[in-house]
Amino acid sequence: MTKLHCIFMQGVKKPFREVIDVAWGDAQGAGIKPLTFVRQVLAACLYPQLLDSNRLPTDVKQKARGLLSECHGGSMGSYTDLPGIPQVAREISEYIARRDGGDPPKTGNIFISPGSQWALQNILNLLVHGHGEVRSGVLTPIPCHVTTIESLHSLGGVSVPYYLSEEHGWELQMEELNRALEYAKQVCAPVALYVVNPGNPPGHVQSKKSIQDVIRFALEKRLFLLVDEVYQDCVYADNVEFVSYKKVLAEMGPPFSDTVELASFHSASKGFLGEAGLRGGYVELVNMDPDVIKYACTIFSKDTAPTPGQIALSVLANPPRLGDPSYPLYEMETQQMQTMIKANVRRVHEVLDSLPGISCQPVEGGAFAFPRVDLPPKALQKAKEMGMEPDTFYCLRLLEESGAFITPGCEYGQKEGTYHIRFCIRSPGDVIEDFLGRLVTFHTQFMKEFS
Amino acid sequence: LANRVEKMSENGISRPKVLTLDTMNPTVKMVEYAVRGPIVQRAVELEKELSEGIEKPFTEVIKANIGDAQAMGQQPITFFRQVLALCSYPELLNLDNTFPEDAKNRARLILQSCGGSSLGAYSPSQGIDYVRQDVANYIERRDGGVPCDPDNIYLTTGASDGITTILKLLVCGQGIDRTGVMISIPQYPLYSAALAELGAVQINYFLNEDNCWSMDIQELQRAVNEARQHCHPRALCIINPGNPTGQVQSRDCIEDVIRFAAKERLFLMADEVYQDNVYAEGCKFHSFKKVLFEMGPEYSETVELASFHSTSKCYMGECGFRGGYMEVINMDDDVKSQLTKLVSVRLCSPVPGQALMDLVVNPPQPGEPSYNCFIKERTATLSALAEKAKLTEKILNTVPGIRCNPVQGAMYSFPCITIPDKAIKEALEKGQQPDMFYCMTMLEETGICLVPGSGFGQKRINEGFVVMTILPPIDKLTILLNKVKEFHQRFTKQYS
Repeated sequence: MTKLHCIFMQGVKKPFREVIDVAWGDAQGAGIKPLTFVRQVLAACLYPQLLDSNRLPTDVKQKARGLLSECHGGSMGSYTDLPGIPQVAREISEYIARRDGGDPPKTGNIFISPGSQWALQNILNLLVHGHGEVRSGVLTPIPCHVTTIESLHSLGGVSVPYYLSEEHGWELQMEELNRALEYAKQVCAPVALYVVNPGNPPGHVQSKKSIQDVIRFALEKRLFLLVDEVYQDCVYADNVEFVSYKKVLAEMGPPFSDTVELASFHSASKGFLGEAGLRGGYVELVNMDPDVIKYACTIFSKDTAPTPGQIALSVLANPPRLGDPSYPLYEMETQQMQTMIKANVRRVHEVLDSLPGISCQPVEGGAFAFPRVDLPPKALQKAKEMGMEPDTFYCLRLLEESGAFITPGCEYGQKEGTYHIRFCIRSPGDVIEDFLGRLVTFHTQFMKEFS
Repeated sequence: LANRVEKMSENGISRPKVLTLDTMNPTVKMVEYAVRGPIVQRAVELEKELSEGIEKPFTEVIKANIGDAQAMGQQPITFFRQVLALCSYPELLNLDNTFPEDAKNRARLILQSCGGSSLGAYSPSQGIDYVRQDVANYIERRDGGVPCDPDNIYLTTGASDGITTILKLLVCGQGIDRTGVMISIPQYPLYSAALAELGAVQINYFLNEDNCWSMDIQELQRAVNEARQHCHPRALCIINPGNPTGQVQSRDCIEDVIRFAAKERLFLMADEVYQDNVYAEGCKFHSFKKVLFEMGPEYSETVELASFHSTSKCYMGECGFRGGYMEVINMDDDVKSQLTKLVSVRLCSPVPGQALMDLVVNPPQPGEPSYNCFIKERTATLSALAEKAKLTEKILNTVPGIRCNPVQGAMYSFPCITIPDKAIKEALEKGQQPDMFYCMTMLEETGICLVPGSGFGQKRINEGFVVMTILPPIDKLTILLNKVKEFHQRFTKQYS
């Protein structure tokens, strides 16, 4: 992939107007505008003189004043204590209660961090024995985005893959989980199971039944559940709904609900906010040993989330409501975004379905399409000659010939002999249209060349 | 292997948890982070009690333990906040004359350098190119023209992120080959916490209290020789200006340290976050990079150095933004690739912090609309700090049983307090270090929260050290210092 990055970075001059980058899950980087309300609150907190003007709606001012009043010295420039600006922690707690029903979680079980991956690494740090003869292992899905795996490895942990089933819409299958765990026991001390729901890169949304099965598995096999739910607001298919692990766990009642240890992660980087650059994320801990939570406090207190990220989380957890002055605009912006992305997903399926040699499981949620490309033997041969993975070769050619930057499936893991590509569908509609056009042209030519 | 997975509870009632004190990562249990440790927790409890109306012998808790300037009332730099507000909500660029032209231009430039022209997009893991270029230019200007390659600049989530990342790269080996890292005592607890978490060997070298906490090469030599018997010393950490001691190392001393690091083959880590906080006459900040290069190629081409800076201290005090950078010199190329990989696990550092760092290294220039206001604010903040440094030293040295070295720089005083024997006895009976007992008692009686020196590694029999920031506004600081004086006299009398 370094080669692709290099070419991209060098601004290669080729037969296309400009490079189109749909490689990363970076909505704002792709051109989607931030939500007005978030940025108004942020600006008011940064420069409180704005609160005295009449440039900002009253609910913006109210929220900004509320947040600043709970910052030390009334300023965003101060450090924040664990678990962050108190209002933000409370809002996240109330958000979880609204989403899942039941009592709001104690704010002492919520830890805010500079992005969800940072929180995940902190929790992994508690779990993982990275030295000595027996190292801790975590079951991780294939395909999976790279960051978590690298994070785990950097702590000396072992990642043990379990394959998601492409033929079944990338669903998680219990027999495969069992197989993976049995294998894991031979190479490490398995301690946790990492699940991404909605998925990344495959866009499946886990059914309630599947979640129940996983929870049962975790209880029976004594695994700590790490659930990455950062795409919980990114659901597109009409007959599909996101339901949180926490909620399902609570509904299953004892012994599950008071035993299974669960860490769920969320972030302001995805969803409607898309504020990846602000670095705001959190983890909610369920059923964690209180003695261990004390150490979690020590670890998290060393790296508190930046205040702009906390402000983004505040809006995520407590957005404008019906009756608030900012509500109509907020509603319009979020609706427009959802409509556009749903349209993107439809277009992607439309186009890919009509292209021979590419097939794509339904993108029910998440930020990406992860279609499979059936590369002909001659292309495989060429890739081998060039010393690269076949799907990397495909992506490199795509970049060189059409200026479209995407990533190959080998970066995420895939079944032997299958090849995939990943691109972000949370981009402006015209960007997706442009990309699809280039992809179709390239793909047709490529398949012809290597037929 | 995997015993705990084999252990399945038979009847479904109350299974032992997967993650307990026994099963958790043992290195995390070694981590204590004094700056937010038990005394701070108690301070937070007391604040809560006060807010609930419970009566105390004080009306507010003063957290004079953490280097958080704005929490203590220091005002942010107007220009910085204006530009950040404009970057956050670019609609403001179109509005009339709320903002000066130079602030608007800067905001435009910064936004142009961001993906999708937004602070909300990810930046490259190493940081926004434009910002790294400006950081490189700043370093060159600061160091009198010594070249700085932007490729050696990494924008980090505060300086602590950069420091722990470099330490991660350095720590390896088993047993006698385990990495040892030299840190100064008194030290800033971030280092000991990071070393504990990484399972590295902490090698203490003592600063010389009698010479205003300067570094002492003989002491460095002693420490490293002793350490070689049980570990593999690989790094030497320096904080200059110092935390908590405030010492500003002389140029000669820095040269000696560089020679020492070269001879002993140690990776130098220079924490320079307080580089603008220099108050004492005759003291000047010299960057390790500059001195290194001025020592000629024998050193400048071989000694491995990482220097750290941040938006949290100096005159900015913008801790909440978690802005920082590190410059890495003479790092092995392969290791640099690993470094790039490590920072990518963080995805990127907070973009508002990167934007802020850009403004810090490239502030308003003479002739620009915001210049006068900027200079006025910066000067006021730094001179107030200088005044408070002097005042602190003065008042504390009038107290029998307290002696305080001059606060040459940074943001803290580090006075030495004599603790009466009876108090030491009571402390030990309570299972506390004497200086912790002193600070806890002070907290309960006055609401003033200081950090005991034992959190900083320094341990003596009937003397203790405490860390007190010089950050409160001068009138409040005066009251604070006098309260400390009164407390100390009372305490001494009570336990005599």
